[in-house]
Amino acid sequence: MNNMLLIIAGMVLVTYIPRLLPFLLLSRLKLNTRAKRFLNLIPYTALGALIMPGFLTAIPESPLAAVLGLSFAIVYAWYKNSLIVSVLGSVVVAFLVTLAGNMI
Amino acid sequence: MSDKSTNENLRFRDGILAGLPIVIGYLPIAVAYGILAKSTGVTLFHSFAFSAFVYAGASQFMALNMIAIGAGVGEIVVTTLLVNLRHFIMSASLASGLKRELSKYFPIIAFGVTDEVFSVLSIKEGEKSKEFIFGLQAAAYTAWVGGTMIGYIAGGLLPAMLAGSMVIALYGMFAALLVSAIKKSHKLAVYAAASGTINALLSYIGIMSKGWNMVAAIIIVAAVGAFIPEGKEVTADE
Repeated sequence: MNNMLLIIAGMVLVTYIPRLLPFLLLSRLKLNTRAKRFLNLIPYTALGALIMPGFLTAIPESPLAAVLGLSFAIVYAWYKNSLIVSVLGSVVVAFLVTLAGNMI
Repeated sequence: MSDKSTNENLRFRDGILAGLPIVIGYLPIAVAYGILAKSTGVTLFHSFAFSAFVYAGASQFMALNMIAIGAGVGEIVVTTLLVNLRHFIMSASLASGLKRELSKYFPIIAFGVTDEVFSVLSIKEGEKSKEFIFGLQAAAYTAWVGGTMIGYIAGGLLPAMLAGSMVIALYGMFAALLVSAIKKSHKLAVYAAASGTINALLSYIGIMSKGWNMVAAIIIVAAVGAFIPEGKEVTADE
Protein backbone atom coordinates (compact mmCIF):
# COMPACT_ATOMS: atom_id res chain seq x y z
CA MET A 1 0.00 0.00 0.00
CA ASN A 2 2.41 2.63 -1.25
CA ASN A 3 -0.47 4.98 -1.89
CA MET A 4 -1.32 5.06 1.80
CA LEU A 5 2.23 6.04 2.75
CA LEU A 6 2.10 8.84 0.16
CA ILE A 7 -1.19 10.11 1.61
CA ILE A 8 0.27 10.04 5.12
CA ALA A 9 3.52 11.77 4.09
CA GLY A 10 1.62 14.46 2.19
CA MET A 11 -0.75 15.04 5.10
CA VAL A 12 2.17 15.27 7.54
CA LEU A 13 3.72 18.05 5.44
CA VAL A 14 0.59 20.15 4.93
CA THR A 15 -0.35 19.77 8.60
CA TYR A 16 3.06 20.47 10.13
CA ILE A 17 4.14 23.39 7.94
CA PRO A 18 1.17 25.66 8.78
CA ARG A 19 1.74 24.85 12.46
CA LEU A 20 5.47 25.57 12.31
CA LEU A 21 5.81 28.60 9.99
CA PRO A 22 4.31 31.22 12.34
CA PHE A 23 6.66 30.09 15.12
CA LEU A 24 9.67 30.57 12.87
CA LEU A 25 8.48 33.86 11.35
CA LEU A 26 7.08 35.60 14.42
CA SER A 27 10.17 35.14 16.54
CA ARG A 28 11.99 37.28 13.94
CA LEU A 29 9.31 39.92 13.39
CA LYS A 30 8.56 42.99 15.48
CA LEU A 31 4.79 43.46 15.55
CA ASN A 32 2.94 46.76 15.82
CA THR A 33 0.15 47.28 18.38
CA ARG A 34 -2.61 46.55 15.93
CA ALA A 35 -1.09 43.25 14.80
CA LYS A 36 -0.54 42.24 18.43
CA ARG A 37 -4.11 43.07 19.29
CA PHE A 38 -5.28 41.01 16.31
CA LEU A 39 -3.28 37.99 17.51
CA ASN A 40 -4.43 38.50 21.10
CA LEU A 41 -8.07 38.35 20.02
CA ILE A 42 -7.59 35.11 18.05
CA PRO A 43 -8.14 32.77 21.05
CA TYR A 44 -11.60 34.21 21.70
CA THR A 45 -12.77 34.43 18.11
CA ALA A 46 -11.38 30.89 17.59
CA LEU A 47 -13.30 29.55 20.61
CA GLY A 48 -16.49 31.16 19.33
CA ALA A 49 -16.08 29.55 15.92
CA LEU A 50 -15.04 26.19 17.39
CA ILE A 51 -18.22 26.02 19.48
CA MET A 52 -20.75 27.53 17.05
CA PRO A 53 -22.44 25.94 15.21
CA GLY A 54 -20.59 22.61 15.63
CA PHE A 55 -21.98 21.69 19.05
CA LEU A 56 -25.54 21.63 17.73
CA THR A 57 -24.77 18.57 15.61
CA ALA A 58 -22.26 16.97 18.02
CA ILE A 59 -24.87 14.44 19.19
CA PRO A 60 -26.96 13.87 16.05
CA GLU A 61 -29.69 11.83 17.79
CA SER A 62 -30.26 14.46 20.48
CA PRO A 63 -29.40 18.14 19.89
CA LEU A 64 -31.14 18.84 23.21
CA ALA A 65 -28.56 16.70 25.02
CA ALA A 66 -25.81 18.76 23.39
CA VAL A 67 -27.46 22.05 24.34
CA LEU A 68 -28.04 21.02 27.97
CA GLY A 69 -24.56 19.46 28.30
CA LEU A 70 -22.98 22.67 27.04
CA SER A 71 -25.22 24.78 29.28
CA PHE A 72 -23.97 22.86 32.30
CA ALA A 73 -20.35 23.56 31.33
CA ILE A 74 -21.09 27.27 30.89
CA VAL A 75 -23.02 27.71 34.15
CA TYR A 76 -20.52 25.66 36.18
CA ALA A 77 -17.54 27.55 34.72
CA TRP A 78 -19.23 30.85 35.56
CA TYR A 79 -19.48 30.01 39.28
CA LYS A 80 -16.53 27.68 39.81
CA ASN A 81 -13.08 27.31 38.33
CA SER A 82 -12.71 23.62 37.60
CA LEU A 83 -12.33 22.79 33.93
CA ILE A 84 -12.44 19.06 34.59
CA VAL A 85 -15.82 19.23 36.41
CA SER A 86 -17.24 21.36 33.59
CA VAL A 87 -16.13 18.78 31.05
CA LEU A 88 -17.21 15.66 32.98
CA GLY A 89 -20.47 17.31 33.99
CA SER A 90 -21.32 18.18 30.39
CA VAL A 91 -20.79 14.51 29.42
CA VAL A 92 -22.94 13.23 32.32
CA VAL A 93 -25.75 15.69 31.53
CA ALA A 94 -25.63 14.85 27.80
CA PHE A 95 -25.63 11.11 28.62
CA LEU A 96 -28.61 11.39 31.00
CA VAL A 97 -30.62 13.46 28.53
CA THR A 98 -29.89 10.99 25.71
CA LEU A 99 -30.85 8.13 28.03
CA ALA A 100 -34.10 9.86 29.03
CA GLY A 101 -34.86 10.57 25.38
CA ASN A 102 -34.44 6.89 24.53
CA MET A 103 -36.79 5.76 27.29
CA ILE A 104 -39.64 8.12 26.41
CA MET B 1 20.21 21.71 41.00
CA SER B 2 17.84 19.17 42.52
CA ASP B 3 15.52 22.04 43.45
CA LYS B 4 15.47 23.13 39.86
CA SER B 5 14.60 19.68 38.58
CA THR B 6 11.87 19.28 41.22
CA ASN B 7 10.32 22.51 39.97
CA GLU B 8 10.54 21.30 36.42
CA ASN B 9 8.85 18.04 37.36
CA LEU B 10 6.10 19.95 39.12
CA ARG B 11 5.48 22.14 36.11
CA PHE B 12 5.42 19.10 33.82
CA ARG B 13 2.88 17.48 36.17
CA ASP B 14 0.78 20.66 36.14
CA GLY B 15 0.82 20.50 32.35
CA ILE B 16 -0.45 16.92 32.38
CA LEU B 17 -3.19 17.85 34.86
CA ALA B 18 -4.21 20.80 32.68
CA GLY B 19 -4.41 18.32 29.79
CA LEU B 20 -6.86 15.95 31.52
CA PRO B 21 -9.98 17.65 30.11
CA ILE B 22 -8.43 17.23 26.65
CA VAL B 23 -7.74 13.56 27.39
CA ILE B 24 -11.41 13.02 28.29
CA GLY B 25 -12.42 14.73 25.07
CA TYR B 26 -9.91 13.01 22.82
CA LEU B 27 -10.27 9.41 23.98
CA PRO B 28 -13.76 8.66 22.61
CA ILE B 29 -13.05 10.49 19.35
CA ALA B 30 -9.73 8.69 18.89
CA VAL B 31 -11.40 5.35 19.69
CA ALA B 32 -14.05 6.14 17.08
CA TYR B 33 -11.29 6.99 14.64
CA GLY B 34 -9.55 3.66 15.25
CA ILE B 35 -12.82 1.77 14.71
CA LEU B 36 -13.56 3.69 11.51
CA ALA B 37 -10.01 3.25 10.18
CA LYS B 38 -10.27 -0.50 10.66
CA SER B 39 -13.64 -0.69 8.93
CA THR B 40 -12.31 1.44 6.05
CA GLY B 41 -9.63 -1.23 5.54
CA VAL B 42 -6.63 0.81 6.70
CA THR B 43 -3.95 -1.35 8.34
CA LEU B 44 -3.07 -1.06 12.03
CA PHE B 45 0.35 0.39 11.15
CA HIS B 46 -1.10 3.02 8.83
CA SER B 47 -3.77 3.97 11.37
CA PHE B 48 -1.04 4.43 13.95
CA ALA B 49 0.98 6.53 11.49
CA PHE B 50 -2.00 8.79 10.76
CA SER B 51 -2.55 9.57 14.44
CA ALA B 52 1.12 9.65 15.48
CA PHE B 53 2.55 11.69 12.59
CA VAL B 54 -0.33 13.67 11.08
CA TYR B 55 -1.99 14.21 14.49
CA ALA B 56 -4.95 16.27 13.28
CA GLY B 57 -8.39 14.95 14.19
CA ALA B 58 -10.75 16.52 11.69
CA SER B 59 -8.54 15.98 8.67
CA GLN B 60 -7.84 12.36 9.64
CA PHE B 61 -11.58 11.60 9.61
CA MET B 62 -11.90 13.45 6.34
CA ALA B 63 -9.03 11.46 4.84
CA LEU B 64 -10.72 8.18 5.80
CA ASN B 65 -13.86 9.37 4.08
CA MET B 66 -11.95 10.24 0.94
CA ILE B 67 -9.98 6.98 0.98
CA ALA B 68 -13.30 5.13 1.23
CA ILE B 69 -14.69 6.87 -1.86
CA GLY B 70 -11.43 6.30 -3.72
CA ALA B 71 -10.13 9.89 -3.84
CA GLY B 72 -6.56 10.48 -5.06
CA VAL B 73 -3.51 11.50 -3.03
CA GLY B 74 -3.56 15.08 -4.38
CA GLU B 75 -7.20 15.72 -3.46
CA ILE B 76 -6.71 14.36 0.05
CA VAL B 77 -3.55 16.39 0.67
CA VAL B 78 -5.01 19.66 -0.64
CA THR B 79 -8.20 19.21 1.40
CA THR B 80 -6.09 18.51 4.48
CA LEU B 81 -4.19 21.75 3.91
CA LEU B 82 -7.44 23.71 3.73
CA VAL B 83 -8.92 22.03 6.81
CA ASN B 84 -5.78 22.72 8.85
CA LEU B 85 -5.09 26.27 7.77
CA ARG B 86 -6.68 27.57 10.97
CA HIS B 87 -3.70 26.16 12.86
CA PHE B 88 -1.58 28.73 11.05
CA ILE B 89 -3.51 31.51 12.78
CA MET B 90 -3.51 29.68 16.11
CA SER B 91 0.24 29.09 15.96
CA ALA B 92 0.77 32.76 15.12
CA SER B 93 -1.28 33.82 18.13
CA LEU B 94 0.50 31.34 20.40
CA ALA B 95 4.01 32.15 19.13
CA SER B 96 3.53 35.86 19.78
CA GLY B 97 2.85 35.12 23.46
CA LEU B 98 5.76 32.76 24.17
CA LYS B 99 9.17 33.81 25.45
CA ARG B 100 12.04 33.90 22.99
CA GLU B 101 14.12 31.58 25.17
CA LEU B 102 11.78 28.80 24.16
CA SER B 103 12.51 29.27 20.47
CA LYS B 104 14.72 26.18 20.20
CA TYR B 105 11.70 24.09 21.28
CA PHE B 106 9.37 25.73 18.75
CA PRO B 107 9.59 22.86 16.22
CA ILE B 108 8.31 20.44 18.90
CA ILE B 109 5.74 22.82 20.37
CA ALA B 110 4.43 23.59 16.86
CA PHE B 111 3.82 19.89 16.15
CA GLY B 112 1.48 19.69 19.16
CA VAL B 113 -0.72 22.67 18.24
CA THR B 114 -4.29 21.40 18.06
CA ASP B 115 -7.52 23.36 18.59
CA GLU B 116 -7.70 22.05 22.14
CA VAL B 117 -4.05 22.49 23.18
CA PHE B 118 -4.13 25.99 21.68
CA SER B 119 -7.30 26.87 23.62
CA VAL B 120 -5.99 25.67 26.98
CA LEU B 121 -2.58 27.32 26.48
CA SER B 122 -3.85 30.68 25.32
CA ILE B 123 -6.45 31.00 28.09
CA LYS B 124 -3.89 30.00 30.77
CA GLU B 125 -2.67 33.00 32.71
CA GLY B 126 0.89 33.73 33.71
CA GLU B 127 4.11 32.43 32.29
CA LYS B 128 4.03 29.35 30.09
CA SER B 129 7.11 27.24 30.84
CA LYS B 130 8.32 24.63 28.40
CA GLU B 131 7.71 21.89 30.99
CA PHE B 132 4.07 22.94 31.32
CA ILE B 133 3.60 23.05 27.55
CA PHE B 134 5.27 19.65 27.10
CA GLY B 135 3.18 18.09 29.87
CA LEU B 136 -0.03 19.42 28.33
CA GLN B 137 0.95 18.30 24.84
CA ALA B 138 2.14 14.88 26.00
CA ALA B 139 -1.20 14.20 27.70
CA ALA B 140 -3.18 15.22 24.62
CA TYR B 141 -0.90 13.32 22.22
CA THR B 142 -0.91 10.12 24.28
CA ALA B 143 -4.72 10.19 24.46
CA TRP B 144 -5.03 10.66 20.71
CA VAL B 145 -2.54 8.00 19.64
CA GLY B 146 -3.47 5.59 22.45
CA GLY B 147 -7.18 6.03 21.77
CA THR B 148 -6.66 5.26 18.09
CA MET B 149 -4.92 2.00 18.96
CA ILE B 150 -7.58 1.04 21.54
CA GLY B 151 -10.31 1.72 19.00
CA TYR B 152 -8.59 -0.30 16.28
CA ILE B 153 -7.82 -3.28 18.50
CA ALA B 154 -10.68 -3.32 21.03
CA GLY B 155 -13.26 -1.18 19.23
CA GLY B 156 -16.89 -1.73 20.02
CA LEU B 157 -16.36 -2.33 23.73
CA LEU B 158 -17.44 1.24 24.54
CA PRO B 159 -21.27 1.45 24.66
CA ALA B 160 -22.41 3.51 21.66
CA MET B 161 -24.64 5.84 23.66
CA LEU B 162 -21.86 6.73 26.12
CA ALA B 163 -19.41 7.30 23.28
CA GLY B 164 -22.01 9.53 21.60
CA SER B 165 -22.44 11.64 24.74
CA MET B 166 -18.69 11.95 25.26
CA VAL B 167 -18.38 13.84 21.99
CA ILE B 168 -19.80 16.85 23.87
CA ALA B 169 -16.70 16.88 26.14
CA LEU B 170 -14.53 19.02 23.87
CA TYR B 171 -17.36 21.53 23.36
CA GLY B 172 -17.83 21.63 27.12
CA MET B 173 -14.13 22.37 27.46
CA PHE B 174 -14.16 25.12 24.83
CA ALA B 175 -17.20 26.72 26.49
CA ALA B 176 -15.69 26.53 30.00
CA LEU B 177 -12.41 28.07 28.77
CA LEU B 178 -14.31 30.85 27.06
CA VAL B 179 -16.43 31.55 30.15
CA SER B 180 -13.34 31.77 32.37
CA ALA B 181 -11.91 34.40 30.00
CA ILE B 182 -15.21 36.29 29.77
CA LYS B 183 -15.45 36.49 33.58
CA LYS B 184 -12.29 38.62 33.53
CA SER B 185 -13.22 40.73 30.52
CA HIS B 186 -16.90 40.83 29.58
CA LYS B 187 -16.33 42.37 26.17
CA LEU B 188 -14.65 39.17 24.98
CA ALA B 189 -18.12 37.60 24.90
CA VAL B 190 -18.99 39.96 22.05
CA TYR B 191 -16.02 38.80 19.96
CA ALA B 192 -16.69 35.11 20.59
CA ALA B 193 -20.41 35.47 19.87
CA ALA B 194 -19.75 37.46 16.70
CA SER B 195 -17.29 34.87 15.44
CA GLY B 196 -19.61 31.96 16.25
CA THR B 197 -22.53 33.74 14.56
CA ILE B 198 -20.55 34.46 11.40
CA ASN B 199 -19.34 30.83 11.31
CA ALA B 200 -22.93 29.60 11.72
CA LEU B 201 -24.18 31.98 8.98
CA LEU B 202 -21.43 30.91 6.61
CA SER B 203 -22.17 27.23 7.13
CA TYR B 204 -25.89 27.94 6.65
CA ILE B 205 -25.10 29.67 3.34
CA GLY B 206 -22.92 26.69 2.53
CA ILE B 207 -20.71 28.09 -0.24
CA MET B 208 -17.37 27.34 1.43
CA SER B 209 -16.13 24.28 3.29
CA LYS B 210 -16.30 24.07 7.10
CA GLY B 211 -12.57 24.72 7.37
CA TRP B 212 -12.75 27.95 5.36
CA ASN B 213 -15.85 29.16 7.20
CA MET B 214 -14.00 28.84 10.48
CA VAL B 215 -10.85 30.58 9.20
CA ALA B 216 -12.95 33.44 7.78
CA ALA B 217 -14.96 33.93 10.98
CA ILE B 218 -11.86 33.90 13.20
CA ILE B 219 -9.93 36.37 11.04
CA ILE B 220 -12.77 38.78 10.23
CA VAL B 221 -13.82 39.31 13.84
CA ALA B 222 -10.26 39.56 15.20
CA ALA B 223 -9.36 42.03 12.43
CA VAL B 224 -12.39 44.20 13.17
CA GLY B 225 -11.53 44.02 16.88
CA ALA B 226 -7.96 45.11 16.21
CA PHE B 227 -9.29 48.36 14.73
CA ILE B 228 -11.69 49.15 17.57
CA PRO B 229 -9.98 51.50 20.03
CA GLU B 230 -9.68 49.85 23.46
CA GLY B 231 -11.44 52.70 25.29
CA LYS B 232 -14.49 52.70 23.08
CA GLU B 233 -15.04 48.99 23.61
CA VAL B 234 -15.40 49.30 27.36
CA THR B 235 -18.23 51.80 27.01
CA ALA B 236 -19.78 49.74 24.22
CA ASP B 237 -20.44 46.71 26.40
CA GLU B 238 -21.76 48.56 29.41
